[in-house]
Amino acid sequence: MGFAPTSSRRQLFRSAALGGLALAAIAAFQPVQAQDTVKLGLVAALSGTSAVSGEAITRGLTIAMEEINAAGGILGGKKIALIRRDDESNPGKGVAAARELIFSEKVAAFFGGIDTPVSFAIVPLANQQKVPFMGVWAAGTGITRNKAEPNYVFRVSAMDVLVDKALIAHAKAKFSADQVGLMLINNPWGESNQVGLTAAAEEQGVKIVGIEKFEASDVDMVAQLTRLKQAGAKSLILVSNAAPAAQMIKSMDRMGWDVPVVSHWGISGGRFTELAGPTAEKVHFIQTYSFFGEQSPTGKKVLDALMAKYSDVKGPGDVIAPVGTANAYDAMHLLAKAIDKAGSTDGDAIRKALESLGSHQGLIKTYNPAFTATEHDALNEKDYVMVRFKGDQIVPID
Amino acid sequence: MLLFSSLISGLAIGSMYGLLALGYHVTWAVSRTVNFALGSSMMLGAVFCYSLAVTFGWPILLAVPASLVLCVLYGLLVERVAVRPFRQRNSDAWLMATVAAGILVDNIVLFTFGKEPRGMPSALAEAPLMIFGAGVMPLQLVIPAVGIGIALAFWAASKYTGYGKAMLAVVQNARAAQLMGISVPAVIMFSYGLSALLAGVAGILIAPLYTVSSTMGFLFGVKAFAVAILGGMDNPWGVVAAGLIFGVIEAMVIALFGSSYTYILTFGLVIGLLVLRPHGLFGRAGVNKV
Repeated sequence: MGFAPTSSRRQLFRSAALGGLALAAIAAFQPVQAQDTVKLGLVAALSGTSAVSGEAITRGLTIAMEEINAAGGILGGKKIALIRRDDESNPGKGVAAARELIFSEKVAAFFGGIDTPVSFAIVPLANQQKVPFMGVWAAGTGITRNKAEPNYVFRVSAMDVLVDKALIAHAKAKFSADQVGLMLINNPWGESNQVGLTAAAEEQGVKIVGIEKFEASDVDMVAQLTRLKQAGAKSLILVSNAAPAAQMIKSMDRMGWDVPVVSHWGISGGRFTELAGPTAEKVHFIQTYSFFGEQSPTGKKVLDALMAKYSDVKGPGDVIAPVGTANAYDAMHLLAKAIDKAGSTDGDAIRKALESLGSHQGLIKTYNPAFTATEHDALNEKDYVMVRFKGDQIVPID
Repeated sequence: MLLFSSLISGLAIGSMYGLLALGYHVTWAVSRTVNFALGSSMMLGAVFCYSLAVTFGWPILLAVPASLVLCVLYGLLVERVAVRPFRQRNSDAWLMATVAAGILVDNIVLFTFGKEPRGMPSALAEAPLMIFGAGVMPLQLVIPAVGIGIALAFWAASKYTGYGKAMLAVVQNARAAQLMGISVPAVIMFSYGLSALLAGVAGILIAPLYTVSSTMGFLFGVKAFAVAILGGMDNPWGVVAAGLIFGVIEAMVIALFGSSYTYILTFGLVIGLLVLRPHGLFGRAGVNKV
C-alpha cells in the first residue's frame, strides 16, 4: 500500500501530460477559420472495409477544389474548404456527422459516400434544414427520388433502378441469357437491387431462376452457386463489392462452372483481378467512367493532377475506385458553379442554381444540363459503360 | 456432391477456428486471461506473410517462419502491455485492454498495409482436384491436416517436454508450481507467444483461400471465441473438436439454407448448447472450494 500515492501521482502526471498533448494536437489540426472560405462537407466511410471509397471520393473532390481555388475561388475570391467526417458506414454516425456539419460547421452544402443506408438516413435532415446534399456514389434509387418538395438532394452517380435494367439487358443481349441467377450481397444495397433486378427482368422477359445471398465474410459460395446451376441459370447477375465477389469467382472456379457473370460496379472498388485470379477478366461490369483508353482533355488533366498529388498513383490502373473519383470531381465543380451562380451560400439559392445551371463540360460528360427542377440525377443509363478487367486495367467491351 | 464440398470447406474453416480457439485455451489455462483480439494476431500472420512474400519477394519458405516469429513477438508484447499490468493488480481490465490493442493493431495495419484487401497467391490454391465430382483445392485438404497435426503436437509437447509439464503444473496449481521453482510469469509469457503463433499459423493458412486485409481477423476471432467457449475453455481437445464441428455446421447451414441464416443458426446453436451444457461440450464443471 505504501507505494500507492506515488503511483497515483505518477498516473495523474501521465494523464495530465497526455491531455496536454491531445489539446495541442487538436489545436494543430483546427482548420483556419477565415471569413474568406466557403465550407463544404463530406460524410463518407473514411475507415473500415469501405475506406477506399471515402479516399477515392476525397481525391476527386480535392483535385476539383484545388483547381477552383487556384483559379480564384468562388463568390468573388472566396476559397473552398472541405471538411470531412467519417460515417464508418453506419447510418447513425452518418446522421450525427451531418448534423455537426450543418449546425456547428455551418457548411453551405455537403457530399455523401458509398453507403446507400447512410445516405437514406441523411436525406430527411438535408431537406428539413434546406442544406443541399450531393450524392457521389451511393446508388439507392430513393436517395434522390425521395418525394420531398422542395428536394435538396442531388446526385452525380449511377442509380440502382437504371443500373439493374442495364445489367439484365446486357446479360440478354451479350450472352443471350433468358434465364439468370442473382448473387446478391446480404445487405440493404443487395435488397435494393433485388427489387430493381426483379422488375427489370420481368419487363425484359428474362426469367430469374434463383436469388442467392451471401455475407461479406463468406469464404465459400459453392452451395449458393450449385443451387443456381441446378436451377438452370445461363448467366449470373452479381451485386457485391470486390472481396466477396472474388470469393464467388474462386468458388465458381472450384466447381468448374463456366458461366457468364454480369456485375454491378462494386467490384471496381478493390483489386478484383488480384483477389479473384484469371477468371475475373471474364466478368462484365458497369461503370460511369474509365481512366483507361483515349482521354478527353479534362480526363488527361485530372489524371495528371492525381499522379502529381498522390505518390501511389503512377498510372490509370492506380486510380482507386475510379467511379468515386470521377463522380466526386464533377460533383464538386457543379456545386461550386452553382454556389457562384447563386451569389450566396443560402441553401435555397444553391438548390435553385443547381436546377438551372446550364451546360457544364465535366469529366464524365458534358452536362446539358446536369439537373432540372424535376431531375436531380446528373447521370442516366446513357452514361453507363459496360467494361471488363484486363489485368489491372478496365477496358470497354467491344 | 454439394454436401461433400461443404464438408471439405467446413473442415478447412473449422480447423482454423480450432487453431484460434486453442490460442484462447493456452493463455486461459495458465493465467485465466485471454487475448480477446486474437483475430488481430491471425490477421498479422497473414499480413506479415503477404508483405514479406509478395511485397518484398522473399521465398515463401523464409517468409512463413519470419512472419510467425513476428507474430510471437506481438503476442509477447500484448502480454507485457495489455495483460500483465492488470493481472498484477488483480484487475479484469485486461479484457478491455486486449480488445483495445486489437483495434489499435487493426487500424495501424489499415494505414500501413492499405485499405484494400489483397490476394495471397499459393501454388496449393490454383487448380482444383476433382473428388467425388466436387472441386477441392489442395490447400483445403492441407489446412485440416496441419490443424489437427498442430493439436497433436501440442498435446505431445505438454505431456513429454519440460516446458509442457511446467505449463500443466501452472494450470493445476500456480502457487504450488511457483514453490517448485517454476516461473509463473515466464510460463504466462510463453503461453501468450504460443497463442499468437497458433493464430499466425491460422492466418497464413487461410490467406490464399480468403483475402488479406486489416479486418480479416475480426469475425474469425469472435467465432473462434464462441468455439472455445463451446468446447470448454480448459479442454484443448474440446476446443479443436468444437472448431471442426462449428465449421462443418456453418458450411452445412450455408448449403441447406443459404448464408443469410448462418449467424442466426450457428450462434443460436451455441447459446442452446451452452444452456444444456454450461461448461461446454467437452468441459467439466470446475470444483469451487470454499
